[in-house]
Amino acid sequence: MSPEVSLELTRLTAAELAQKIHTREVSAVEVCHAHLDRIAAVDGQVHAFLHVAREAALESAALVDDSLAVGTPPASPLAGVPLALKDVFTTIDMPTTAGSKILEGWRPPYDATVASRLRAAGITILGKTNMDEFAMGSSTEHSAFGPTHNPWDLTRVPGGSGGGSAAALAAFEAPLAIGTDTGGSIRQPAAFTGTVGVKPTYGGVSRYGLIACASSLDQAGPCARTVLDAAMLHEVIAGHDPLDSTSIDVPVPSVVAAAREGARGDLSGMRVGIVRELSGEGYQPGVRASFEQAVAQLEKLGAELVEVSCPHFEYGLAAYYLIMPSEVSSNLARFDAMRYGLRVDGARSAEDVMAATREAGFGAEVKRRIILGTYALSSGYYEAYYGQAQKVRTLISRDFAAAFTHADVLVSPATPTTAFPIGDKVDDPLAMYLNDLATIPTNLAGTAALSVPSGLAASDDSPNGLPVGLQIMAPALGEAVMYRVAAAYEASRPTTTAPEILS
Amino acid sequence: MAADTGGITRDEVAHLARLARLAVTDAELDMFASQLDVILGAVARVGEVAAQDIPPTSHAVPLENVFRPDELRPSLSQEQVLAGAPAAEDGRFRVPRILGEEQ
Repeated sequence: MSPEVSLELTRLTAAELAQKIHTREVSAVEVCHAHLDRIAAVDGQVHAFLHVAREAALESAALVDDSLAVGTPPASPLAGVPLALKDVFTTIDMPTTAGSKILEGWRPPYDATVASRLRAAGITILGKTNMDEFAMGSSTEHSAFGPTHNPWDLTRVPGGSGGGSAAALAAFEAPLAIGTDTGGSIRQPAAFTGTVGVKPTYGGVSRYGLIACASSLDQAGPCARTVLDAAMLHEVIAGHDPLDSTSIDVPVPSVVAAAREGARGDLSGMRVGIVRELSGEGYQPGVRASFEQAVAQLEKLGAELVEVSCPHFEYGLAAYYLIMPSEVSSNLARFDAMRYGLRVDGARSAEDVMAATREAGFGAEVKRRIILGTYALSSGYYEAYYGQAQKVRTLISRDFAAAFTHADVLVSPATPTTAFPIGDKVDDPLAMYLNDLATIPTNLAGTAALSVPSGLAASDDSPNGLPVGLQIMAPALGEAVMYRVAAAYEASRPTTTAPEILS
Repeated sequence: MAADTGGITRDEVAHLARLARLAVTDAELDMFASQLDVILGAVARVGEVAAQDIPPTSHAVPLENVFRPDELRPSLSQEQVLAGAPAAEDGRFRVPRILGEEQ
């Protein structure tokens, strides 16, 4: 295969690749090689991957080819298509670090359900992607293994925590990726890299083998360059899992059919709610302009626009940064240097070994959140902080419920700004937290949302423009309508030119 | 019911770090104390919402206990479980001393 053909394969969508592989126009092994070559060529600059599983990926692709060669139907509509997996899912044949030194070199003894479903679907796992340590961050700068660079501008962050997965898509290192979204970790990187990222309904995708950040908020979801590709991946990974007791036991919404229907471009009768509290102050002018254009576009497609008010959303950030660290402080107690992961020896007692190990193994943001959560849960402060935050959570869910009586989906910009320079906010935690302003309410309510590219926004320090995301929010289990609107919008606007700096 | 945001002291941060088993350095204590002070000032906004009659939400999806059948099924082997251990001996996790010398 010539280098040109190889490069062309990396530009195709997952749906196109699957079609070519299943009709045996190209082999899954060729597609895998093309992406491994692309990773070898650009990942030195992007650093999307923490681990590339070259041999395992080629073996998995060869199995798909062998099976197709003897006339067996593909294991799934995405069989043979490569994927980049966020390094927060346990994988039995690859190291799993969650971006932390405390898990450096750890080999999990079991596969996450997401990983085993990908394997059963014949999807080729290329490797594990970079992330903020334990998914805490909005820039991937809190990875213990160095930041990921945004393929649109290598001096900028790709967002986080799933910056590696999003950057891998934007740099054409993989056509599909998996992320996790606790407060925006799928949608914000998608917006920053001009890709599609979906946070499914809480409980829609199994958390078994997903290393926990905040268990009542964490949700795994699909990432891709097109809405249809994300929908196809969604159907592979979603669905009830007896190994996750918070997994919802209901049929997976038919999101592929919804995306195909949406692509026909008719949104007549669809009520699109504009959330007043998520479209005013605090948004970069270019982001606001892009959002206004997107809304006008939805109206052109036949949607009826309604303004809705969600008055408690403005307390979402405060509630989130109490609930999430509280759950973090409890979840991360498991890293105790006794059963797996790092152990710093030399201290006299188990307790001292534990404290020395956690000090050496955790980065600053993780420690900050553990301390913050410990504080919020301590007696004397519990009611004023954690207790109040839980009440805000109720009020935000009620805001959503009221809004969804007037609208089928809600829209907002996915992020307040476009991608910021590496180093800009890493020493100012509160400034970093503000990235999640528009994405957090969905996590608190357990509803579904996605980010779909809405073009580029120029700013003073980035005259060529950087990607912006349109957030589309739906009620719990309302994924189908959300994908339909996203696909209609995507089909109605010109494809954003791919980042050229790496091509 | 606004939270008491009199600020968080360096000593309080040191105490919290001990509770959380984090052997933080002096430099970290200085940094965390000032950063946490700013963060707590921002998150204290949750106290502005008059919410006496509002029930708390701990989880977005109503959850009940989920049971599985009480049946034997395969699990990880002892070898697999110990494979990632920092130290193992005789099929068990080897850990530093847990009890004090006098005990």
